[in-house]
Amino acid sequence: MHALVHAAAESRHLLSGNEAVARAAWEAGVRVAAAYPGTPATEILEYIARYPDIYSEWSVNEKVSVEVAIGASLAGSRALAAMKHVGMNVASDAFMTQSLAGVIGGLVIVVADDVGLSSSQNEQDSRYWGRFGHMPILEPADSQEAYEMVQRAFDLSEEYEVPVIVRMTTRVCHVKAMVTFAGERVERPAAGFQKNPRRWVMTPANAKPRLPLMHERDQKFRELTETIDLNLTVAGSDRRVGFITSGPAFMHVRETFPNAPVLKLGFTCPPPLDKIRAFAGQVDTLVVVEETEPLLETELRAAGIKVRGKDLLPRFGELAPSVLRPAIKPLLGELYEVSHCPQADVFPRPPTLCASCPHLGPYFALSHIRNLNIIGDIGCYTLGASHPWNALDTCISMGASLSMAHGMDKGRGESDEKKSIVAVIGDSTFLHMGMQGLLNMVYNRGNVTVLLLDNRSVGMTGGQENPGTGLDLHGLPAPRVDFAKLVEALGVRPERIRMVDPYQLPTIVKLVREETKMEEPSVIITDRPCSLTDRFERLNPYTVIDEKCTGCGNCIDLGCPAISVSRRETTTTKSGKSKELVFARIDANTCTGCHMCVETCAPEAIIQPAPPSDRVIRIHPHA
Amino acid sequence: MRDGITNLLVVGIGGQGVMTAAEMLARTALSQGYDVKKTEVAGMAQRGGVVSSHVRFGPKVYSPQIDPGEADLLIGFEAAEALRWASHLRPTGVAMVNTLRLAPPIVSAGLYDYPADPIGALAATGLEVHAFDAGAIAEELGNAKLVNTIMLGAISDYLPFPAAALEECIVAGFRAYKPKLAEINARAFAAGRAAGHQKLTNP
Repeated sequence: MHALVHAAAESRHLLSGNEAVARAAWEAGVRVAAAYPGTPATEILEYIARYPDIYSEWSVNEKVSVEVAIGASLAGSRALAAMKHVGMNVASDAFMTQSLAGVIGGLVIVVADDVGLSSSQNEQDSRYWGRFGHMPILEPADSQEAYEMVQRAFDLSEEYEVPVIVRMTTRVCHVKAMVTFAGERVERPAAGFQKNPRRWVMTPANAKPRLPLMHERDQKFRELTETIDLNLTVAGSDRRVGFITSGPAFMHVRETFPNAPVLKLGFTCPPPLDKIRAFAGQVDTLVVVEETEPLLETELRAAGIKVRGKDLLPRFGELAPSVLRPAIKPLLGELYEVSHCPQADVFPRPPTLCASCPHLGPYFALSHIRNLNIIGDIGCYTLGASHPWNALDTCISMGASLSMAHGMDKGRGESDEKKSIVAVIGDSTFLHMGMQGLLNMVYNRGNVTVLLLDNRSVGMTGGQENPGTGLDLHGLPAPRVDFAKLVEALGVRPERIRMVDPYQLPTIVKLVREETKMEEPSVIITDRPCSLTDRFERLNPYTVIDEKCTGCGNCIDLGCPAISVSRRETTTTKSGKSKELVFARIDANTCTGCHMCVETCAPEAIIQPAPPSDRVIRIHPHA
Repeated sequence: MRDGITNLLVVGIGGQGVMTAAEMLARTALSQGYDVKKTEVAGMAQRGGVVSSHVRFGPKVYSPQIDPGEADLLIGFEAAEALRWASHLRPTGVAMVNTLRLAPPIVSAGLYDYPADPIGALAATGLEVHAFDAGAIAEELGNAKLVNTIMLGAISDYLPFPAAALEECIVAGFRAYKPKLAEINARAFAAGRAAGHQKLTNP
């Protein structure tokens, strides 16, 4: 059990925003918490799982997690769902109507916006959901505030019977800062579900009378936001420029302009227009510093308040001091100078697939087969789009690969007539939102070859469990989905379901060739664990016998980070053409002994000097 | 140091222990009574990407991020990474660099070049550069994983708190969770501390 579980009131800790949310949920008496992993929110549930008083789970997707939380709330329990910003899109169908019906037990949705896209496909601003769904938003600026605001959010949620959004960003979730605990857990037993069809069955007839109630609630929040202590003014002696800001941008403003007056918004939706108007009168120029869209700025302009904002500041990315200084200093008539040595021109170091990664085999195959359109998905395997595979052609959203591939098949242009359409998706993404696409494809007689890369983890977010791994959030045994049976149940013919060991390169190349020739949906399922998880067994490393290496470079095409070029030579072929030879070496510290590269080496120059230990590599019999 | 704030930037590659080193520095600063903030961008760092960890401490810290030209100390776990982040150092700052060279696959494939002499390029900027082979020391001590503690030892005399405070934070952690490794880490810290004094002269 985690040390924090026993940490007493008034103790001080260095905590990430995500850890602070977990502690706050525990103190607030939360009884149910659910999430699907997603950077930067993943650790919220991992930390909550350490508090035994809270039922917590990995749900299969964000919509499910919010619905689990809604059900718990209706049962009278305080409940929390956490997700990254794009998860809100998935979950929105549920909360957009629950906001109308309202809640019983406090219901808080913690959403983490990946401002700056450290690990996301877009940079959307979750503050719109509060406006869209008539839900209040609290925006913490650091761990201490995350700790305090999550508890306030539960109180507000129950008082006004509304789901409350706590909007975090990467720079709150993953920053460690001081937190002083105010209390310990207060148990809040569930009141029990009170049947009330007119309230909870959202048919048109029942939903319609809720609309005026929702707007009355909005009005109460417009009054509350003017007086609530979460919206506070920080006095400043230099009134030339005043700032309105929220979230971590507040910290950046204070850092950069310590003498400027600041109206710091913690309760940001709806915004306190009267308070802002009064603040505007106290400063020469009012600047809105908001990440990321000009949302508040637009609302203030509509309210007739003269502000500046995105005319000075970038419309995307973090508003760090290094961004604020050059944007604002000219307003003050001050020069902005930085004194440092010039930025050195150093090669990029992009993330890549790991040594022994079970995705290496499939991408080796895909990069060696011509005439494929490869429709990708969200996960580590998105890295297949990069060097050296260049074998992934699209990536947009969770589960999109199968449905997009189906659409590309149906909408084929002339130039694609001879091409095969391939979809690549991982185990967890398939269960999240991909299997509906497969069902749709089968039902509508599509023709796509699906590579279902089952590495038994949610790899990119750090190896979390899912219904395909056989373990739950707590590491306890859980029913494990059988992908072959599932795919067959969705209607793929058994002949077209192929199990393959992704380390068996010739087999996987052969299978992809065979299946892409078929004129019906087929699914190739790999089954090797992610090499960063405990399920992976590390074996003794391989090495290259230099005298035997012919410089063909085949093993380098695998893209394994343990293999690198030892030297290059130019030779002349029998036909008189010049040819570059690339000789390989294997880094013994990085190699994990998976033997994939051995399969690429015709001259048998790759050997394992030490025996592969007593652990035997399991070879799948199905292929 | 400005406004009593110390800015430490720890950089390297995923898996090298950069984040652990930053955590040790943050905890030690906390034990010394400072307000502390620590942040990193390491979304996909486990997959061979760049990791940079910012540690800021002082009487009151607002932003967790260190701007270009604001770091007091740069701790580079790899030579090219240290060069990449050199512009984050203030002109009076100190760079403590492990001379390890780790070329990523795209360099090995010939798409980019690894700098011929990243340490020399660092020194040529006029910054105070200390460089040594932490891996060799770790190997001598018999455990490659000691690089982290060696690097922390190396910078321990350039911090606004006593080296012993940092050493105690590291060794106490081992005593509590992996007591067998406490003694060897204390030795690694001492070896790093001695090595960290090797200052390069500006060529």
